[in-house]
Amino acid sequence: MAELLQNLIDGLGRGSIYALLALGVAVIFGVMHLLNFAHGELITVSGYVAFWALGAGWSWYLVVPLIVLVSVTTSLVIERLAFSRVRGADDFTLLLTSFGVHFVVSAIFLLYVSASVKTFSRPGWVTDTFAVGSLRIEVFDTVVIGVTVLALIGTSVLLQRTMFGLALRAAAADFDTARLMGVRSDSVIRGAFALSGALAGIAGIFWLMRAGATQPTAGVNPMLKGVLAALIGGLGSLRGAVLGGLVLGMAEVLLRSRLPDSVASLTEGVVFLLIALLFIFRPQGLVAVAHAERV
Amino acid sequence: MLQVSGLTTRYGEISALRNASLHVGSGEVVGLIGPNGAGKSTLLNSLAGLLEPSEGTVTFDGEDVTGNSPERLLRMGLALVPEHRRIFADLSVEENLRIGGITVPAGRRQPLLDEMAEQFPVLRDKWTMSAGYLSGGEAQQLAIARALMSEPRLLMMDEPSLGLAPVMVDVVFELIASLRDRGRTMLVVEQNATRMLDMADRAYVVRSGAIVAEGTGAELRDGDRLFETFLGN
Repeated sequence: MAELLQNLIDGLGRGSIYALLALGVAVIFGVMHLLNFAHGELITVSGYVAFWALGAGWSWYLVVPLIVLVSVTTSLVIERLAFSRVRGADDFTLLLTSFGVHFVVSAIFLLYVSASVKTFSRPGWVTDTFAVGSLRIEVFDTVVIGVTVLALIGTSVLLQRTMFGLALRAAAADFDTARLMGVRSDSVIRGAFALSGALAGIAGIFWLMRAGATQPTAGVNPMLKGVLAALIGGLGSLRGAVLGGLVLGMAEVLLRSRLPDSVASLTEGVVFLLIALLFIFRPQGLVAVAHAERV
Repeated sequence: MLQVSGLTTRYGEISALRNASLHVGSGEVVGLIGPNGAGKSTLLNSLAGLLEPSEGTVTFDGEDVTGNSPERLLRMGLALVPEHRRIFADLSVEENLRIGGITVPAGRRQPLLDEMAEQFPVLRDKWTMSAGYLSGGEAQQLAIARALMSEPRLLMMDEPSLGLAPVMVDVVFELIASLRDRGRTMLVVEQNATRMLDMADRAYVVRSGAIVAEGTGAELRDGDRLFETFLGN
């Protein structure tokens, strides 16, 4: 029982980060039908900026807002340089473009920085734990869960209570009709990339704090988690994305602790197998979205 | 108010609309009638900015607006109630109307919402409900109210009676008549030709991608011309 509870907390912490990443993926997919395989590059770029800033003696307290800023800016720059040029193209073109961006960004760091892993100091409290009964809870997990809850509440208020949020939801449901209402496609798409970048920034802070390192391919893993979680949740559904992230995090933690030692190293593979099974029985993901037909 | 000359719109190689010219004067109600697939919707979608015409010009209030984006055209005062209504099913009735009023100053939005609630009692009763639960006739009223939220100077409607129960067709035509009586300028695509001709000041007959006749309701209904237009000579 105690072990299960321990797993649940660990899984929630891990899943929270995935949820933030998946939400960013889902927001972009909603407005543009773009499955963004370049989403993890926001963390690659943030990672290098964190490496340089920390190396220059900045404290983590300054690096935290810096990462969010860098992530939002990078997201907007990528939209401007790449995705704005293929707006309205078919889904496959969009997909390939995002792959292209992913490879270009890692190639830039590979060519102009270094292929090697760059490490930086992690905040001291990342490894701290406290005891609740027989449970050992990581300070880090509680911070991650708390901040994620706040970020989700903030996102929800933004989407439900503001004109921008309304425009974003309308555009996600039916882009052309939203434009007929006067919703500016530029503003709503840039807004979506900014929001996606902010969420990735928050996820990135925790990702980098835990990793304490970056490298040209650092974006691959967060991208995979974000995209997979969004797919598990049902692409286009924002609630689904959050749910998908939590489910994925939970599944990883539970499998890693429950599988016999001999196969524990195959956790990733087992997770993929489970995802494949999910899609066989529920191809629309956990939360199905009824999309207005695009005519 | 609206002046269209020589408008041609292509889907790839095919011209869905060829060399169409028409005009709508301030306060006029103009109908576009014609058989299915004649190019009426293509014409409206080209005027609303959803389709880019390959030839011809559109001027609105004397300004050349050919090929402008829908969001810009709406800001100039040109609104379209799209075919099949296209309401946002996941948003509430109120949110649909709010989106319709996204371009009006924030202070003006609430008075407009109140106005719509008063003018459309069926919508007021379902104000906070998802718009997806509305019946076809209610959804059509929502689509029209949503377009009115932008306080357009020219209201275009694409097949407002399509797919509605007969009783709802009456409601929609009554609504159009009441908008006409309040002096609203409208350009309406309808398959229900006779009723549209009763309603409109003038109408254009569209067939096979071209405007083949123009006149007042009485002129177009005169003799067998309408019949010929629909079935070909």
